[in-house]
Amino acid sequence: MGSSSQTAGAGGGRLAALTAWIDERFPMTKLWKEQVAEYYAPKNMNFWYFFGSLALLVLVLQIVTGIFLTMNYKPSAAEAFGSVEYIMRDVDWGWLIRYMHSTGASAFFIVVYLHMFRAMLYGSYQKPRELLWIFGMLIYFALMAEAFFGYLLPWGNMSYWGAQVIVSLFGAIPVVGDSLTEWIRGDFYISDVTLNRFFALHVIAIPLVLVFLVIAHLMALHEVGSNNPDGVEIKKVKGPDGIPLDGIAFHPYYTVKDLVGVGVFLFIFSLVIFYAPTMGGYFLENANFDPANPLQTPPHIAPVWYFTPFYAILRAVPSKSLGALLMGAAVMLFVFLPWLDRSKVKSIRYRGPIFKFFLTAFAISFLALGFLGLQPATPLYTNLARVFAVVYFAFFLLMPWYTSIDKTKPVPTRVTYHAH
Amino acid sequence: MRTKLLVLLAALAPAAAFAAGGAVHLEQAGNDVGNKASLQRGASHFVNYCLGCHSAKYVRYNRVATDLGITEAQLIDNLMFTGERPHDTMKIGINPDDAKRWFGVVPPDLSLIARARGTDYLYTFLKSFYADPAKPTGVNNIVLPGTAMPHVLWELQGVQEAVWEGHVDAQGNAQRQFKEFKPGAGKLTAEEYDQFVRDTVNFLDYIGEPAQLQRTRLGFPVLAFLVFFTLLAWLLKKEYWKDVK
Repeated sequence: MGSSSQTAGAGGGRLAALTAWIDERFPMTKLWKEQVAEYYAPKNMNFWYFFGSLALLVLVLQIVTGIFLTMNYKPSAAEAFGSVEYIMRDVDWGWLIRYMHSTGASAFFIVVYLHMFRAMLYGSYQKPRELLWIFGMLIYFALMAEAFFGYLLPWGNMSYWGAQVIVSLFGAIPVVGDSLTEWIRGDFYISDVTLNRFFALHVIAIPLVLVFLVIAHLMALHEVGSNNPDGVEIKKVKGPDGIPLDGIAFHPYYTVKDLVGVGVFLFIFSLVIFYAPTMGGYFLENANFDPANPLQTPPHIAPVWYFTPFYAILRAVPSKSLGALLMGAAVMLFVFLPWLDRSKVKSIRYRGPIFKFFLTAFAISFLALGFLGLQPATPLYTNLARVFAVVYFAFFLLMPWYTSIDKTKPVPTRVTYHAH
Repeated sequence: MRTKLLVLLAALAPAAAFAAGGAVHLEQAGNDVGNKASLQRGASHFVNYCLGCHSAKYVRYNRVATDLGITEAQLIDNLMFTGERPHDTMKIGINPDDAKRWFGVVPPDLSLIARARGTDYLYTFLKSFYADPAKPTGVNNIVLPGTAMPHVLWELQGVQEAVWEGHVDAQGNAQRQFKEFKPGAGKLTAEEYDQFVRDTVNFLDYIGEPAQLQRTRLGFPVLAFLVFFTLLAWLLKKEYWKDVK
């Protein structure tokens, strides 16, 4: 990267002059150094640390493919379904752009869930990274809203009934519920009006919020510094030059490393796009190839896989309002992790067996609820969902207790790293 | 603990599939969208037998010609009958109100039927008509009981009789279960009819996503490039990380 003024060679005189001209007016070199070239990250970051940069990559992919989709999509009840088929059939490379966008939605949730689980493994939400974690959670909420609004746009029958079910959840709120759902839809049922406003929210409002939150998330990260698999604060041990002894410059070390992650990610992403874009009905649901029909429900309504852990909790509760409340709580509880966790150590490497047990049980119940949310609610499945929901909540609500009694191992002062 | 739960979940999966899939066993369509001869036959079957009542309003005639490897002249002579132009989509002249009066429902557009229902469903559906004098069309269907669709292909397949097994359930009511078909006499043998339906379903599969032919062709070069790219990135990473002690 030739953006540093010192790299000016014989032919770089003009470039260096341009850089200097810009730097007098805008902190270009300063920003590059602070945020990238002289941002020191722990040298022991492992596989789990790929998912942050991958989430950023997917965000960019979604924005770019989204812009191109918007050029041919028509947000009206009469034309939306047909315009998506027009993109799939008549627009040059339209099918590729559409599949990148639809696969990107699922990919976004996969990398974000892995990114969040990384934070839980290594205690990345603990002091001093509480705000970093909260910005991250706000990104996750915005992402859920973005996915929900976007899912209505193809105007397939599952889009229609999925939106119908989720919007009606707000009806569970006492007193104002019914007026609130009407206000959200802008009509007495999901209609052209709803589609139009969801389009506005999907392409302008939420993306703006997302980009703003991502910037805040990165600023907070670069202020406190990255955590690492040992949960050691590398800033505590600095060399004479003021650089952490266990830190290495983000660029070039982590930019080249993340490039490998990008390659592997794009390989898997392409496998789906080119060979299984519907992912057997999980990324694009079969019922969504029927146009929206207010008079006929699909045989089995289920949200897309990334919402099903919470949907399973909703269905497991007999009372609709209590179910909606618990579903909301299941999502919100993540926000409080920095204060629920009373452990003296951050990383799972130095935590005791009780935390390891609870985290494993949580991961299993999250996956199991995700599976159950995709299935029809048989009595057996409903009971299983109840069991897993209890485990899910126990992980959060018992955390202050089990993290304070758990035996921890001593944390080293330096990170563990073996050169290879 | 983890493995036990996984085993438990795996054991439950088939039960879920059964609960979701309904009682009718679907036969495998076994079609191949890469087979152009089959697609050409399917296109011909489609315009002759389906397009009278069902539209395929997102499908362009000339796109079909290009993808199926036939010339515009062949297209006009063999697949287009009512004065459409090659860049038109497969629309039909039937008035929806008339259709509703005649059949009770408007015959659905078939552009995306293979994506919505699956090829196995369509294949089994087209093979599962049987004589039912109680119905205005004289036929019924095991896969979609009470269907408004007449057996358009009856001349080819003949009209099958359904054989039922009876039993009395716990409440003392007589129940019947479908056992098998007694074949009728048609112009085609059973194998020929299967192939006829398979070709038709193959065409429906193709029109569900015309880009799929292009999509699967493009996959390999993209993946090969990404392997090369990842290898280069990995070597670059190794080179840089030599400094990290």
